[in-house]
Amino acid sequence: MSTTSTKEEQKTRTSQDTILEVNGLKTYYEDGGLLSSNPVKAVDGVSFDIERGETLGLVGESGCGKSTLGRTLMRLEEATAGEVKLNGTDITTLSGSDLKQFRKDVQMVFQDPDSSLNERMTIGEIVREPLDVHDWKTPQERRERVRELLETVGLQEQHYYRYPHQFSGGQRQRIGIARALALEPDFIILDEPVSALDVSVQAKILNLLEDLQNEFGLTYLFIAHDLAVVRHICDRVAVMYLGNIMEIGPADEMFDEPANPYTHALLSSIPEPDPTIGRDRITLRGTPPSPRDPPAGCPFSTRCPVKIRPESYTDLDTEVWERIEVFREVLRERERASPSVTERVRELLGRETHRSGMDEIVTELFGEIDVPGGVMKHINEAADYAENDDEDAARTYLREEFGSVCDHERPGQLGVGDKGRLSLCHRHETEYEEPSTVFETLVQ
Amino acid sequence: MSTEQATESRTKGEPLLSVENLRTAFYTDKEVIRAVDGISFDIYRGETVGIVGESGSGKSVTARSIMRLVDTPGRIENGRIMYDGEDLLDKSPKQMRAIRGGSIAMVFQDPLTSLNPVYTVGNQIKEALRLHRGMSGSEATREAIDLLEAVGIPDAHRRVREYPHQFSGGMRQRAVIAMALACDPELLICDEPTTALDVTIQAQILELLEELQEERDLGIMFITHDMGVIAEIADRVNVMYAGEIIESAPVVELFKSPKHPYTQGLLNSIPGQGLEDGERLATIEGDVPTPNEDPNYCRFAPRCPKAFEECDTVHPEPVDVSDGSGPHRAACLLYPDDVSTEEAVAVHRNGEVRGGDTR
Repeated sequence: MSTTSTKEEQKTRTSQDTILEVNGLKTYYEDGGLLSSNPVKAVDGVSFDIERGETLGLVGESGCGKSTLGRTLMRLEEATAGEVKLNGTDITTLSGSDLKQFRKDVQMVFQDPDSSLNERMTIGEIVREPLDVHDWKTPQERRERVRELLETVGLQEQHYYRYPHQFSGGQRQRIGIARALALEPDFIILDEPVSALDVSVQAKILNLLEDLQNEFGLTYLFIAHDLAVVRHICDRVAVMYLGNIMEIGPADEMFDEPANPYTHALLSSIPEPDPTIGRDRITLRGTPPSPRDPPAGCPFSTRCPVKIRPESYTDLDTEVWERIEVFREVLRERERASPSVTERVRELLGRETHRSGMDEIVTELFGEIDVPGGVMKHINEAADYAENDDEDAARTYLREEFGSVCDHERPGQLGVGDKGRLSLCHRHETEYEEPSTVFETLVQ
Repeated sequence: MSTEQATESRTKGEPLLSVENLRTAFYTDKEVIRAVDGISFDIYRGETVGIVGESGSGKSVTARSIMRLVDTPGRIENGRIMYDGEDLLDKSPKQMRAIRGGSIAMVFQDPLTSLNPVYTVGNQIKEALRLHRGMSGSEATREAIDLLEAVGIPDAHRRVREYPHQFSGGMRQRAVIAMALACDPELLICDEPTTALDVTIQAQILELLEELQEERDLGIMFITHDMGVIAEIADRVNVMYAGEIIESAPVVELFKSPKHPYTQGLLNSIPGQGLEDGERLATIEGDVPTPNEDPNYCRFAPRCPKAFEECDTVHPEPVDVSDGSGPHRAACLLYPDDVSTEEAVAVHRNGEVRGGDTR
């Protein structure tokens, strides 16, 4: 599908009842030092919207920026750029009484029920606090309301005077939910609400959340890393990687036929609770790059198993290609771990340092396999650069030689399927093969 | 290792480790908590034995008991842990130190707390090599590099000189595994080794463990609360509840026909198992109890949908419930199910006397 039809899709979407609209949102963390030219790009330009009454899941590995995104929507972090519209009002610029009003409409439930409840307050006080802060009706009515809330989330009235330590993890999470409901918000951000709980307790909390949504017409943003939970509770899902939304669309469709290579790999790495299932697992190599220094092209390009190869190398043996990617990864890793003081001393003394050992790594990677001479020439060239203390040049050399559109150009969000699914990948462009087709050849 | 191979290795030879009627209790001012209460299981060479249960069920205390790492107020009260023909509970602290990290190694949940932040990763591996294998100097460095390469850390020559904070989470857990392998153990005890990791990294670590097991014929005891991980890695599964093993079966059998109502409930409460839209998840009522009383009733009875009167007065013993595909035992008064309930209850009532000699 082309980009124009994507825009049409978006147009039809906005005509529905949209509660939250996020456009080009960025949240960067600065060091605050003198040389803070290189901020952590926790959220790096995401756009999506949430319909009233739906549950949008936000999944991704740790450090992908999903919690930061949630916190930015709550104004717990300040956005660096972009806008967040709640019921049509941009909330990133609110202040004073407008901000206070906004905080009534949006609430949050946190992951760890141990640290999100004040141990020195009774349950009643904890749940009543938002009501007190916003001066809700009379004190008498507030106490009434708290009792009502406790009942709503499956606790008992007499729990009012107890302290958090007297409750189990599941019950504490219920208290957190009661507190979030106190001011009758429209929109609740659930930041890993069941991750700290055992499965049987988790099931109860998930059922409670669904009941509450039906009863009060709530809209949820459900942040989680457990994909089975997300599939169960969410209508639509957004998959994040390195501050970007890689794929967003209806949950069932995405889980059945993931379009983006990252979604594909993520889904295939979840262990199924069924020992008889044969596995065609795609195990990803390495770890995500630093959000301080994300790749210039596609955020997933450093680990992507179906990365587009440059034309001259399309027929190269997969094994060799794989090792070249590992070689590039090693060079990137070396840059990340800056030399320690002792290493600088060793360097000054002319002893072996971390920069040396290029020979060993080249032998380790390419020694035992048959590498075409032309390819080996480039690898040796790069290794020479690295040996002569110019790892930057080595990396650039390899990127020029073995890089493709994935390394150089940031992909756009392209439409997939007919239900408004978007995926961030060059492979959805017409001139390339679709990721799923390439995955099939890989698994065989 | 495939399940067929594992079953094969089970039928021949002695188990590598055999836990018999182990009981570990913690003495607090208020009560005695029987964290592990009379459990028995075997681990064979080349086999992965999974221990699964919710928090507080006694999984980790089991692991720590085997390693003799239970601190006061905890005490191993009863039972035997047979390893290599000898009872580990009879070993002196000095003998235990040689075994720990030597022939039995352990991998913990959080790699950052099992590594010392002020020593390089290489130094920490070399320490294990020096203590257990008497290696030092460049020989030890060489071996440390080989170990890091064996666990799939690229550029090991340089990595060996780095500190734990310079490693990513997955790399740290690999380094911890390298350290555990340093002394060529026969048995690896993994206590939630992937719980702190992301799924894509978890997949890498699980793959690594399987490869290492195949290469070295390791026996692995794998503790987790994640049924998905268990389904993938274990050959045999023990389900723990409130300090007891309530069901034990080959992995395929356990997932195909769980017998104990608790196991059934646990499996049903996992989301995403062909539920229709809007269908509610099955739950288990109530919470995991603290095992602080003598086991003279079924500890799951208060939450059990199938409980009947006798469940409160008769303690269920593990009985054979297999239908031919390997040993499968469940501790529930409903079994054996080919006789009437009264007869089944009688089996449990007259069941083998628990306890034995107290330490």
